[in-house]
Order: sequence, then C-alpha cells, then structure tokens
Amino acid sequence: MEDDSAIWHGLEHRMGEKLTQGRIVEPGKQGELTDNCPIGLGCFSHVVFERSVLVAVLARISSSPSEEVENTKTRTAAWRMGARAGILARNWEDTAMADDGALNRWRRYDAWDERPLRLDKFAPESPADGFCAAQSPNDPAPSICIENDTVVEMDGVAAGDFDMIDAFIAAHTIDAEVADEAMALDSGEFARMLVDIHVPRADVVRLARGMTPAKLAEVLWRLSTLELTFAQAKLRARKTPANQAHVTNAKDDPVQLAADAATASAIGFDEIETTMRVAENSWSNALACTIGAAVGRGGTLFQCSSEEAEELRLGMAGLTSYAETVSVYGSEGSFIDGDDTPWSKAFLIASYASRGIKARCTSGAGSELLMGFHEAKSILYLEARCLCVQRGIGVQGTQNGGIDGAPVTASVPGGLREILAENVMAALLDLECASGNDTRISESEIRVGAKIMPYMMAGTDFICSGQGSIPKYDNSFGASLFNAEEMEDYMLIQRDFEMEGGVRHVPEDELMALRARAIDALEAVFDELGVASLRPEQKSSVLTAHGSKDTDTFSFAEVRRIASALQAQEVTILDVVIALEKRGFSDVAQNILDLMKQRVSGDHLQTAAILRNGRVLSAVNDPNDYAGPGTGHQISPERRAEIAAIRDVLSKDEILAWAARDAADERRRYRLEPTGTAQAGEAPGEVVIGLSPAFGGELHRTTGEALLSDVLDALIGGIEEGGGTSRLVRIHHTADTSFLGLSAARLSGSGIGIGIQAKGTAVIHKSDFYPHMNLELFCQAPITDLSHYRQMGRNAAAYARGEDPEPVSIPYQGEALGSRYHVQTSLIYAIETALLDPAREPEELRVTFLDRR
Amino acid sequence: MTVDRKALDALYPVAEKQAARLRTRTGKTLDALTLKAARDRGLEASDFAITPEALRLQAEVAEVAERPQLGENLRRGAELANVPQETIFETYELLRPGRARDKAELLALAERYRREFDAPESAVLIEEAAEVYERRNLYRKRF
Repeated sequence: MEDDSAIWHGLEHRMGEKLTQGRIVEPGKQGELTDNCPIGLGCFSHVVFERSVLVAVLARISSSPSEEVENTKTRTAAWRMGARAGILARNWEDTAMADDGALNRWRRYDAWDERPLRLDKFAPESPADGFCAAQSPNDPAPSICIENDTVVEMDGVAAGDFDMIDAFIAAHTIDAEVADEAMALDSGEFARMLVDIHVPRADVVRLARGMTPAKLAEVLWRLSTLELTFAQAKLRARKTPANQAHVTNAKDDPVQLAADAATASAIGFDEIETTMRVAENSWSNALACTIGAAVGRGGTLFQCSSEEAEELRLGMAGLTSYAETVSVYGSEGSFIDGDDTPWSKAFLIASYASRGIKARCTSGAGSELLMGFHEAKSILYLEARCLCVQRGIGVQGTQNGGIDGAPVTASVPGGLREILAENVMAALLDLECASGNDTRISESEIRVGAKIMPYMMAGTDFICSGQGSIPKYDNSFGASLFNAEEMEDYMLIQRDFEMEGGVRHVPEDELMALRARAIDALEAVFDELGVASLRPEQKSSVLTAHGSKDTDTFSFAEVRRIASALQAQEVTILDVVIALEKRGFSDVAQNILDLMKQRVSGDHLQTAAILRNGRVLSAVNDPNDYAGPGTGHQISPERRAEIAAIRDVLSKDEILAWAARDAADERRRYRLEPTGTAQAGEAPGEVVIGLSPAFGGELHRTTGEALLSDVLDALIGGIEEGGGTSRLVRIHHTADTSFLGLSAARLSGSGIGIGIQAKGTAVIHKSDFYPHMNLELFCQAPITDLSHYRQMGRNAAAYARGEDPEPVSIPYQGEALGSRYHVQTSLIYAIETALLDPAREPEELRVTFLDRR
Repeated sequence: MTVDRKALDALYPVAEKQAARLRTRTGKTLDALTLKAARDRGLEASDFAITPEALRLQAEVAEVAERPQLGENLRRGAELANVPQETIFETYELLRPGRARDKAELLALAERYRREFDAPESAVLIEEAAEVYERRNLYRKRF
C-alpha cells in the first residue's frame, strides 16, 4: 500500500486521540511513533487475536521504523486493522498504567486467558492444506471394478495408475467375492447396520472386507460421535476391554523401571510399553521392565519401542513379548519418507510372527499432515488407506487413533470425532484396536476428560496405547492423555460410570511391597549376571520415588554400561529365569516362564490376545458378542467391587470415631444441662438459640472444623456484644435448619431466634415469618468460621432491637462444597435425624463453659 | 460368513486343545518347560522359539476364524521361522524404498527364498514388491 494513513485513522479512532505523534506504549516505557512511520501490516494482522502479540508488535514498530507495509489491499481493510490495533493498544495502555475500570476489554477474556486451554492452538478447516477431518473435496468417490477376481479400478483410479498403497490394497485387502455387494450397498444403510443390535458383528465385518478406503471413510462419517461410540462397543474384536501403560523415565533408570513396571502391572495394565531417552539403553530397559512386570503379576505383555532390527533382537532374546511400532502411512510420499513400503512392513510383520512375537501396526490421523504429504485429502480417508494396508498385511491389530498426530488432528473442527471414527474403522476391519489416547491432545483437563469418554463408554481392546503410569516429565514418548498424576481421576471416571477402564486401585502398602520386591529381583538378576550392583540409598530413593526427579541412581553412562554388558553377554530370558529362581524369586521366574511358553503354542499371535490368569484371551476364544442390553462384556460383581475400591471413601464408623475423639475434648470445655421444658420468653432483647438434636451430644464439630463449644461461645458472645440476651433450647422434633430457627424464634421474647445444626448450618429466623423465609441463612457451613458466628449473634441482637444490620457475608470462592463435604454432611445429618422425637417439646438448656469466661 | 465355532473351540487355545501337536525346537512338550528343568539346565533358549508347525497351526486357527490375511501372514511367518536372523534383517532392509538397485535384485532375492528356504509365499511377496517398485520408481537412490 502506498500510504498508511487509513491505518492511522483507524488507530486514532479507537485510541480516542489524535495521533499526529502516534503515541504507542511498549512494555516498560512509552515510545514515540511519527506520522510517516510505515507499519509492518503482516504483524498487525495477528494483533487482533492476542494482546501479547500486540505488545511485541508495538515494540517492533518503534524499533523497526523501516518495516515494509504489506498485505493490506484496500483502505477499508487498513482502517479496520488500525482500529482493531487501537482497541488493543488502548486496553493494554490502560491495564499497564492504571486499573481505572474503564477498559475496553471485557475482563471475562482476561479470566479465559488465564486458563490452560489458551495454550492450545487451533487450525481452520482448510482441505487444500490437509486440515480437514473428513470429506475433503479432494477425496475420491468410492468405486470398484473387478474383472476376473482382479481389481482393475478402485476409488476412481485405474490399476495402471495405482500408487503403491492402492496396489497393495487391491492385491491383498479387497475381498473380490463380496466387493460388488459391499460397494453397491448404500452407505447410509450400512452405517445403520453398524449401530443395529439385530445385525451381528460378523455380518458387517464380512461386508467391510469388500469395501475400498473411500467407501469406508464415507460410511464412518455417516455416524455421529454417539453412534460411533455405540458402534465401537459392538465392533470391538475382544469381548473383554483392556488397557496398556507406558513405563519409562527420564534417566532410563532400570531400577525405577522395574519398580514402575511392577506398579503398572499390579494396577491392571495388560500390556506395558517402554522406550528410551538414549537408544543404546534398550537392553537394560527391556530387562528391567520384563522383571518388574512379572513381579506385579503374571501375564503382562511387554514391549520396548526401538529401532526395528533392535526390537526384533530383543524379542528374539525373549526380553519383549510384543511389538507395536510398525508404522504405516496413508500416502505414498509419507510412506516413503517413513522409509518403508507396504511390502517391507508386510515382511517385517511376518518376521515378528516367525519369532513368536505378537505385533501390531501403528497408524493414525495427522501423520501425513505432519510429514507434509497429505495430498490435500481428508484425515479420515488417509487413515482408511492405512487401515486397509494393515488388513492386507495380515497383522492382527493396529494402534491407531491419532497417536503422535492426535494433537494436530484435535486442532481441526471435528478432529476428535475423526479419531474416534478411525478407531471404529479398525474394529470394523476386524483388527485389534489399541485406540490411541496416548498423547496429551490438550493442556485443558476438561478436553482431556472429554476425549477419553467415548472410549471408556464403548470399551476398546486397549483403551490407551498407552496410558502414562509414570509422571508426565518421565514419559519418554511425551505426555500421554492420562498420566501418573491423573491415574486416580481415571479410576474415578471408571467408578462413576461403571465402565471397564482396565485398572484398579491398589492400596499403598501393597504397591510399596511390590516395588521393593521388583527392585530386589532386579538387583539379584544384575548380580547373577555380574552387570551392576545397587546401593542401599539408591534402592530406597527409587522405592519411594514418584518420578526420576526423586531418585539417586545410575548415571546415563552407568546405564549404558549395563545395557552393553547385557547385549555383549547375549542375555536371554532363560538366563533371567534361572537367575530369579536361584535367588529365591521362584514366583517371578514362573510368571516369566508362563509368558515364554506362549512362544511354543503361538496362541498370543491371534487377534487381540492378552493373558489373564495364565490363559490367553483373544478375539478367537473371547469374541465380542454384543447384541444390546445384557449382552457382551459385563462387569462382574467382583470386578465391580474392585472398581469401587478407591481412596477417601468415608464411612459412618469413621465419622463416629472423629466424633468420639472430639467428645472427650469437649467434655472438658463446656457442659450443656437440660433444665426442663422450654417456655416462651418475654424479654424484648432476647434471642433464643435452638440447637439440633445431636448438637453437643453425639456430634461436636462443624464441617468448617469449628468445635461446637466455640461456636456456641461465639454466638452467645455476639448476642451480648450486640446488646441482647441469649437463651438456649434443645429442639427434639426437627433437625431442619428453617424449623429449628422458627421454633427458636417462636420461643423468643423478641421474636428473633437462631437455629443451628451440629454440622454448622444456621439461620436467623423471625417468629412471624413463613418457615422457609428467614432473615439470614448460613448454608455454607464448611466455610463459615467463628467470626461469622459471632457476627451472626450481633446481627440477631440487632434484629431483636428492630434494627436493620448489614447481613453477614461469607466469602465464597466457588469451591465445589458438595463434592468435598456432602458425604460427611449426609452421614452427620443421618445421626441427627435418628434422634428425632416428633412429640417432644423443646427443652431449656443451661450452658457452662469450663475453661473460659 | 459364519465362523465354525465348534471347529474353532476344538483348536484354540492350541496350548490347551492341541497340546499333543506342540513340540519345542528340541522336541520337548509344553509340560517339560518347568522351572525345575530350567534350574537343572535342561532347557535351551531355542526351546522358547516358535516352530513352523505351531505357526501353521495358528494359521489354521486364523483361517477357521475367517481372518484369511492373518492366516497368510502366519504362513509366511512359518516359512521365515527357519530363516537366519541376519537374512531377515538384510531382506527387510532391501525391501525398504531405495535400497535395492533394480528389479532384478529383488527378483533374485525372491528366488533365494524359494530355493534356499523353501519359502514360496514370502517369495511371492518379494516379487510383487519388485513389480510395484519399478512402476513407482522406488529403486531411486535415497542416500
């Protein structure tokens, strides 16, 4: 643009002052801009979004007056841009200079800006750039043409033009026998079959074998998130859902790995996966996790994500039992960039089988985008190609659902729906589905919690692949969706909705014992193999460590020495078994041996195999037979009890035990003595305090942690300070705050009464009010303290004199008081109501404070 | 498509239903793989390496379970069970894009699998790759 006056006019308009000397504030000082200063409009176009950027831009303007003017085509656009910048500049200036309440910015945005969510960044839908969850205009229309059992055209591409992915799918995936039938089926009709409980899983799985990637993508996008969730429950390969854990740490410390693997395996994960910060440490990582997992319980499958050849070597040595990182891509460009082809991967997968190692491929939304070869196709269509390749390879299962590409997929509209759709597609193709949920897609805990819900509701073969069983900073794969920090949150979601999440809470002392044993077992094996010895402080630091920041353990160099010694000795799992047995860890040795015996039968090579109680459980002998309510996977009563057993479960006994301890204290502090049936008073300045049935008898402390003797002292003291007199009565016929207050008020000479429950809830009532009206109500007992009760007394005395005092304000910060206190409240209130005697008149009480006044 | 449940239940889990057909590479039965045997040094690492027979049995299970591609993969696995580790790595490396110089190199590899390892299914896979790689220009140098 030739002149930037339009921008200045806009800027001035909003700044509300003439900017002949464009005054703009930059951090820490005021800068000067002259009228003829050109502005970098490329920067200004961002200004509208973020104040922090504006600050940077303003600084830049004043320091780079020679910046070229760019990107603004019309005067109107330039004016608008200036105006927007002006609004932001003024806000910033106001905020920086004085909090005068005259901001142009709604402060709600300040509150929103503080939320972790604001660290997430989002992408507009833009099919040309690959930012398109599904149905890109560049996706092909589904089609197939088969001649002599050979696919000669697929999704609009003739066989001669097939890229390597098309060629592989045409040759290995498409079932020519059902293709015509399946492709002729209306996509909407097929989508309905996916959620129809009267259509067996086997029927839709058969038809899907004849469908092309474009057809599969079209079908899956006909389902809403709700329908996808339902379809996942029906289509999952194995009836019993399971879960997988990450076990890694920032130091590649084998001692911590052993302890953490034992923990993860005991918590219930059926597979655990490790990887290294330093690739050369793989042998040490694998050995430690194998031993640790076998301490936790028998049957946990284990893998060490490593370079392909290395991973196969570890598997051959028996130090791992499955492989997961055989990556597959949805465009030819990214496949080649990933340094593979469908054929090299097919060969690799067969190689794993030949060594008796369970394997699954990895694919997932967004990888083509991240690798820059998206072909302007939709994410779902590209993933459909990945999954068709996997089906053709003959791998038993997949790890899909975004994986490393989950965050970028989550940035586009409908991204998480797409991820769910691709997981369902995997199940439809009869693959074991380890359904992602292994990457932190957001800094927002709410988005994280929402992300997991469809998966826990539906159940998948592995809900997370995997879930961080270690702190975020220790996760060598990067933070997972859920991590050690949030493990109990996950357990709670499982308990709240009674969904199978694959984990259980294990009491702390049991976990500590397992950790200690895992460390001892590793020490014994290290000693037998002569590769390292552990120091007592090292062992104790790992035993109690939340993460590697708490450990005093091996250096990276020491770990590398251990790893190379293991590799040099060509250690096999048999050596480990022998060492464990010799040193008294026979049960651990037996668990490993049982796992190794799978190698002889190969039963764990079938689709979706896990090991439970020494038995293989797979899609073959535990097929998902969901067909509506009461069918499919059911949570057994034993499992339900396990899911329910979490921490901080308050029992009535516990509440009574607290009360008993307080009772002993309170007996030394004050005495409440009944002196006969309460009579109506006549003193005009009188305030009657009506105590609930259990107040000071069975219960002694408010939910706000105040002792009832102190509460009473404060109320009486407040009434006296307010110039009134107090009288105490015990109410027997009700425990309800309103009626306690009204009963007290009706007995009061002034007509003013206070009703109070043992848990601290109180009211100031008036004798001629309706029961549920009141002068002041104190319903947030947990945050009501003695000063509030004292002020309540003063106010009651003021009302008694006919004055109109300022009501007591209890500062509420938005705490979820119900979640914190309602268990306790309910239990306490039940103690009150158990004492009710509807026919009994209120009793006069005499209070004697024994240690004061 | 109806899976023959009865046939499947008679086969799987193989360790339970067909244990008599299973032997380790040194000829031991599953029952012989005990801790005591390990302690007495009566086991070898190769006792825990799957056999081609077990893999073919699992291929049969997969096929009865209507998973033909998994069956094919397990049959290729059975063929590869006796192929030395280093050959496996070399083959995988050669199948990666830009490793083989030309089609002939892959065809020769396929021929070797057929002759030397009696692995016709694996050979077919390699030959197929040889064709597609040529058409898609995957013999181009990558490093």
